[in-house]
Amino acid sequence: MKMSPKVYTIGMLLSMVLGIIIAACAAPAPTPVASEEAAAPAAQEQAKSTLDIVKERGKIICVGNANLPGFGFLDEEGNFSGFDVDYCKAMAAAIFGDASKFEIRPATAKERFTVLQSGEADVLIRNTTWTMSRDTDLGMNFAPTTFYDGQGIMVRKDSGIKTLQDLNGASICVQTGTTTELNLADQMAAAGIEYEPVVFETADEVTTAYEEGRCDAWTTDKSGLVSRQTVLKDPSAHEIMDVTLSKEPLGPAVRHGDDQWFDLVKWVTFSTFLAEEHGITSENIDSFMDSTDPNIRKLLGLEGEFCAKIGLENDCFANVIRQVGNYAEIYNRNLGPDTVFNLPRGLNSLYTDGGLLYSPPIR
Amino acid sequence: MQQRAIHPSQERPPFWRDERVLSVISQIVVVGIVVGLLAFFYTNMVSSLREQLGVPIDYGFLKQTAGFDIGESLISYSRSDTYARAFLVGLLNTLQVAVLGIVFATILGIIIGVMRLSTNFLVNRIATAYIEFLRNVPLLVLLIFWAQAVFFKLPRIKEAIILPGPIYLSNRGIAIPWGIPTETWPTYTRILLGGLVLAIIVTIVLRERGKRTGRMPILSLWFLVTLIAVGIIGWFVLPQPPLVLDRPELVGFNTKGGRTLSQQFMALLSGLVIYTAAFIAEVVRAGIQSVSKGQREAATALGLTPFQVLRLVIFPQALRVIIPPLTSQYLNLTKNSSLAIAIGYPDLFAVAGNTILNQTGRAVEVFSLVMGIYLFFSLTTSLFMNIYNRRIRLVER
Repeated sequence: MKMSPKVYTIGMLLSMVLGIIIAACAAPAPTPVASEEAAAPAAQEQAKSTLDIVKERGKIICVGNANLPGFGFLDEEGNFSGFDVDYCKAMAAAIFGDASKFEIRPATAKERFTVLQSGEADVLIRNTTWTMSRDTDLGMNFAPTTFYDGQGIMVRKDSGIKTLQDLNGASICVQTGTTTELNLADQMAAAGIEYEPVVFETADEVTTAYEEGRCDAWTTDKSGLVSRQTVLKDPSAHEIMDVTLSKEPLGPAVRHGDDQWFDLVKWVTFSTFLAEEHGITSENIDSFMDSTDPNIRKLLGLEGEFCAKIGLENDCFANVIRQVGNYAEIYNRNLGPDTVFNLPRGLNSLYTDGGLLYSPPIR
Repeated sequence: MQQRAIHPSQERPPFWRDERVLSVISQIVVVGIVVGLLAFFYTNMVSSLREQLGVPIDYGFLKQTAGFDIGESLISYSRSDTYARAFLVGLLNTLQVAVLGIVFATILGIIIGVMRLSTNFLVNRIATAYIEFLRNVPLLVLLIFWAQAVFFKLPRIKEAIILPGPIYLSNRGIAIPWGIPTETWPTYTRILLGGLVLAIIVTIVLRERGKRTGRMPILSLWFLVTLIAVGIIGWFVLPQPPLVLDRPELVGFNTKGGRTLSQQFMALLSGLVIYTAAFIAEVVRAGIQSVSKGQREAATALGLTPFQVLRLVIFPQALRVIIPPLTSQYLNLTKNSSLAIAIGYPDLFAVAGNTILNQTGRAVEVFSLVMGIYLFFSLTTSLFMNIYNRRIRLVER
């Protein structure tokens, strides 16, 4: 049965029009024409907050790193551990009273924002630098910085490179999709130094290329350099130059559009700072339960209903401290003197010790 | 009523049982569903981008400053150039590796394909082993092997192997001497253009004479001879050579001068060439075998030399079978070059789909551009190959 071309064309046109009409009806466009019944459940779907979704699911999903020892690392037994992972646990402890109700969704540097934006995860805690364009263009909201970092450069000890000027004409390995790629270009342009950037997708590829001598230097956040140095073949043959290329405030981020969830992430993070400020640790927390200090009573949920303001039970912060610990405990467990990294606290000390950690009061 | 009685066979059934109507309706429904689904996903994407994230689709970012450096580039590029220029750098890098890859893969593929048909046991087996091994290894594995196990393992730059030239061979890449244009270069390009015109004229004249006398000379040979002769004469006639040789030398961390073919570029090019050549070899073998034995025997009986048999009888017929699958191998090579990202070569996909995407966060815009560009490359390649295919196909009388 052969159709004449004319009939066929008309048929095609008709069906396209039909298709577009179907689509127009089906699309979640905010057309006022849509009937009341159809619009109501859609609106409810929209109104469902991230917290509701997390509670319903029974666990929080964090975008994390799987290969940065000290921050986010997948060990041989398949468990995630690290500084960022502990913050994910802290969120779980605050929401469910159980720090084990979390899941890490590992992502590369370039995937991380998409994973969060698409709603595949609830919060991004993956050594992510807070920058203006990420905060605005990418639709992110950044919770308080948990780790103040700066970009550094690693070179071979025997190369004799001491200053940025010594790097003139060198090949420098860098990971793509990071702020480090931009900082490197900016700093080198400012100093008028010519160099050859060699860009790889993962940190593993970068370190392989550097170790094989493809590059004279490689650059990333100083914490990352310290962390990766421990897994080089001969860690003592390399050193981190005494230059800092940039400010790298790392912290958790959430997507735009759910302020309650943003507040929750923000205040759970602050609570770890406050706990350290008041000297409350996971071990001695019970001795504070009869404290008379109003600041401590509010933090531990003994006075006022502050946790309710972020949609949680009254002992939310107490659970964080009990199960995960205060900032110092989290830091020392993952990066402190007892670990291979032995990173000095530096800027990551409380403001009372000359650092930058400062939490607004719970009031 | 009366008509019904007279022509019962022409009675039209109700439309829901009319095959013609049903076939039209069913096609309308299918197209409607497909278009509807596409439109739904599109509007869904646009609206969720606009309303949930507040970032509507906008290509304006292309005019912004890129802010990152690119390791190798055919045109001048610095961090203060725009994203659009960074796109162009990646595009040219892809083109560079694709064009060179196609040329070398074709040459290597034809050699291996002919070897595969050799009656010499050793030659035949070497070609078979080559094809069977390389066709069955994933390209990504091959590329990483080349990058990490071959080029990374070359000596470090300080202990570079120096071949006469000088050519520096190190795990940074291969630095070779390269010509730098002088003041007379523009004049020289005009001389070359004149030579090209002359070569075309010579070829046409020779072909016409060949048709008259019945003894057709090898036209492509004469074309090249004319062009090269003009090139050589032009070089020496000019007061100053149009190109001076720039030799690489080791300065500080890297070689300066000449031209450096980076380790990433060499790894990508060799991986693509060696892999695609295995497929092309099979295409060539199949093409040659498709020419019936009688053709060869007849040609030999006419007294043609073996080379003439190959050039005048076998190859023209084999080409008809070879060209269509060869086209798809060319397209594959071009598209496979996007695996460059795994070994750090800044091709279109690595620059745009990775770095630009990360710095701007504009996934839809960046990917639509990248896909459009690859599509353009592929369609252009097919177009030229189809034109060529039409020219060489059997003229039916």
